[in-house]
Amino acid sequence: MAGEALIELRGVNKYYGKLHVLQDIDLTVGRGEVVVIIGPSGSGKSTLCRTINRLETIESGTITLDGTPLPDEGRALAELRAEVGMVFQSFNLFAHKTVLANVMLAPVKVRKVKKEDAARRARELLDRVGLASQAEKYPAQLSGGQQQRVAIARALAMDPLALLFDEPTSALDPEMINEVLEVMQQLARDGMTMVVVTHEMGFARSAANRVVFMADGRIIEDRAPEDFFTAPRSDRAKDFLSKILKH
Amino acid sequence: MNVLLDNLSLYGEGLLGTVELTVYASLLALFLGFLTAACRVAPVRSLRAFGTVWVTVLRNTPLTLLFFAVLLGLPRFGLVLPFQMFAVLALGCYTSAFICEAVRSGINTVPVGQGEAARSLGMTFPQTLGDVVLPQAFRTVIPPIGSTLIALAKNSAIAGSFSVVELLGTYRTLSELGYSIIWTFIWIAVGYLIVTLSISALFHVLEKRWGVAR
Repeated sequence: MAGEALIELRGVNKYYGKLHVLQDIDLTVGRGEVVVIIGPSGSGKSTLCRTINRLETIESGTITLDGTPLPDEGRALAELRAEVGMVFQSFNLFAHKTVLANVMLAPVKVRKVKKEDAARRARELLDRVGLASQAEKYPAQLSGGQQQRVAIARALAMDPLALLFDEPTSALDPEMINEVLEVMQQLARDGMTMVVVTHEMGFARSAANRVVFMADGRIIEDRAPEDFFTAPRSDRAKDFLSKILKH
Repeated sequence: MNVLLDNLSLYGEGLLGTVELTVYASLLALFLGFLTAACRVAPVRSLRAFGTVWVTVLRNTPLTLLFFAVLLGLPRFGLVLPFQMFAVLALGCYTSAFICEAVRSGINTVPVGQGEAARSLGMTFPQTLGDVVLPQAFRTVIPPIGSTLIALAKNSAIAGSFSVVELLGTYRTLSELGYSIIWTFIWIAVGYLIVTLSISALFHVLEKRWGVAR
């Protein structure tokens, strides 16, 4: 399943003041791989996800994307970020722009795609996430599930090498979670490289190639989903699974 | 009433002077204010430091002192300009510090996630600020910028003490001519009201146009 490494973290450490939120993280994500990160709140999983495109800086260690070390700031960092899409818990659609303009903005500004071409591609992507009819609306006029699907389309518009999902369904009403998960399932089947921080164990089981279990800023287990869910090795993971899978 | 009718051209010149000072200094203040606000939120440390120093120095200097510094100081470094230009420079720079802080507070009302989303798509800092953050901040900064520019219009009176033709300065001529000081000042006050109420009206329209959406 895993080809050559696309995302590689080596000895990554991060502190919030005295709090050691990421401790010696080593993680490799291969091309086309879907890695799901789970763990209790405050275990550092969101932070880990956000370090990969440097929305969070790190104190030590190295992060490489497609063989290129993550630059510090400026244009080089922006260029690398353009290759990694991100989907946020709170959607973060641009509130002052229509759905179509949200999806078009980055291709036009960053990739310098012609407006007509960007609009055509944006409509294709909106169609793919089932929202072609909503193109002219503003984000506030859409439901949470619809907003999140637009956010996925917006990330896809840059033709990224990989997609990062930071708890994409945590802010959604239960009946809207599935429409977002279905889009993500489809992306996984299409071979997109994905790093997904989530509490959706069903998604982890069905779509992930690997499950990474984190607790207290460390990676405790990194295994195939079936192995992890049926026979967790660590007490920490057993404890976590017993709490969430009980009912 | 005679004061006004007898000296219509003098009042007119004064009013025009005040309007000119206000318009030119406002444009300069808006330009510098947005620029320094961008500096203050930039990812580059030296730009942030520059923005902070700019605001701290200009906001905490009495305007009269700043006029002295510009009108007496700059010619010593070989920069000689018409007094009106000096006055625009002093007023514009002074007010830019307040505009900067109004814009910055507007930027702070835009959720952090908006900027993060833009950056995650590979947009550079100027693109993130110009295409995503400022258009949303703009709506909230319209009222405070209006207040700041009204203050600027009234502050322009100080220029009268530095040989610049403006509205308040007309009282000197008029009192020498022996007109009633009370009526002189009432008509001057009306002149200022015309300027400030125009600014209010302009910003009211802007707020109606841009301020509600979202």
